[in-house]
Amino acid sequence: MSKPSKKKFMSLERRHNLTGWVFLAPAALLILFMSFVPMVKALLLSFQTGTGAAMKYADPIWMNYVQMTKDTVFIQSLKNTFLYLIIQVPVMLVLALILASILNNRQLRFKGLFRTMIFLPCATSLVAYATVFRTLFANNGLINLVLVNLGILDQPYSFLTNVWSARIIIVIALLWRWTGYNMVFYLSGLQNIEYSIYEAAKIDGASPMQTFFKITAPLLKPTILLTAIMSTNGTLQLFDESVNLTDGGPANASITMSHYIYNMSFKYVPKFGYAAAMSFLILILVAILAFVQMKVGDKRD
Amino acid sequence: MTKGKKILMYGFLIIASFISVFPLYWMVSAATNKSADVLSGRIIPGGYLVENFKNLLANQDVFRALGNSFKYAIILTVVSMVICSLAGYGFEIYHDKAKDLVMSVILLAMMVPFVATMIPLFQMFSKAGWLNSTIGFILPTISTPFLIMMFRQSARSFPHDIIEAARIDGLSEIAIFFRMFMPTMRSTYAAAATITFMNAWNNYLWPKVIMTDAESITMPMVVANLTQGYVTDYGMLMLAVLICTLPTAIVFFCLQKSFAEGITGAVK
Repeated sequence: MSKPSKKKFMSLERRHNLTGWVFLAPAALLILFMSFVPMVKALLLSFQTGTGAAMKYADPIWMNYVQMTKDTVFIQSLKNTFLYLIIQVPVMLVLALILASILNNRQLRFKGLFRTMIFLPCATSLVAYATVFRTLFANNGLINLVLVNLGILDQPYSFLTNVWSARIIIVIALLWRWTGYNMVFYLSGLQNIEYSIYEAAKIDGASPMQTFFKITAPLLKPTILLTAIMSTNGTLQLFDESVNLTDGGPANASITMSHYIYNMSFKYVPKFGYAAAMSFLILILVAILAFVQMKVGDKRD
Repeated sequence: MTKGKKILMYGFLIIASFISVFPLYWMVSAATNKSADVLSGRIIPGGYLVENFKNLLANQDVFRALGNSFKYAIILTVVSMVICSLAGYGFEIYHDKAKDLVMSVILLAMMVPFVATMIPLFQMFSKAGWLNSTIGFILPTISTPFLIMMFRQSARSFPHDIIEAARIDGLSEIAIFFRMFMPTMRSTYAAAATITFMNAWNNYLWPKVIMTDAESITMPMVVANLTQGYVTDYGMLMLAVLICTLPTAIVFFCLQKSFAEGITGAVK
């Protein structure tokens, strides 16, 4: 091998550097044009009003944002989304954590089978499972049939057309679909914890509760933080379930923000400016909540 | 473990498993039953599958929707694998301060909710004539921060010695990537492809926005159309749901380990 001169070495270094940029350019450009550019456009759009080609800047410029505060359906969708967030995310994460700690027990048998079964709902598409739940909870669906036959109900209860039951069914459906998903994160996190720590804790006479709060929870903190951020992000963007399970009903009582934004943009006369303003609010909420969660996550150290 | 604790643990797991599996079992069994039997509470499989299938075909163009879904999901998966792994490899192997900065900007894109970009994307794509097209379906989700991060993580474990040796042997940088990195990282690709395919297949909002033509709709859209049309034929409806679920269920069963690695992959 000939010894490269210093000058040639530099150029090789530079060529590698350039190669790196070429390799990452397609992906980086796609993210620029498919995420950041549309995001900026959405911000500009959120200050505009009108339809189609006749969009113009609103007067006053924040008109769309003011309109949001007076839009009862929007406020309802905001409340619903937060209701789902506040009830469903904590319940789901706690359930997933409990299931994962049980499945991590060495003495447990049929571990693989249990894990597969609980993880199975993740194999279904969102539209598919929403349709299954809609059918199960229909007036003439299986749940009503069972409840009436058991004598718990006198007559079928209209789960999907009563305000609170419709909301609760969305929460139940979400729990069903996503608990196993989060459990898998915790399982993989638990596998990184040395099992001998648990054995040592046992010898020292730690109760299962102590073991959980003193060992498992602190060591899993990064994973818990990640799943919390992901679930929050996902719940704020909830769409498929609201459309296919309850159709936002009854009378928008269970509609989510994304569903309402979709309706505003593509279902009725398109109001792109107003819809963009609402979507920008979701973006800000996602950013704020992620920031808060990361701060809270840091503090416990 | 004490006996009581054992019963509690198994009891909890059995209930959780039952709740997880029953709706899926019911979906399969309802797909083989007459609507009237489904309504009367029959939960064991029946012999009405073929009849339901005929009704479904008469009602919706299932084969075309399946074809579309497969086409969009497979093309997206292949393109996405190449673009994202190339980027992850580029970020890690040739990393310097500037590239690390670009990476952290890309990670910020994870926080951008899809609804916030959906309307401008729709406007851009309709101007470009990409509605009802494969390119329209795949373009927004080819490059994702998650996959780039996953491949960057796997490139970290790729031995530098191999790269040096290949360079001495006179392999070009791109050849090293395709002939050394790609075959070595087969399991990362399997995990990434599984997660990408499932996400693409299940995507509902974006195709609902851009597939304005009945010719271009996807399988989840067919299922949604069936429920919106006041269909009360539950056997037929559940068959459509089953058909929509089968491809992802098969991928799930064959590649369960990859899928689990895929969703947790970028975090390690």
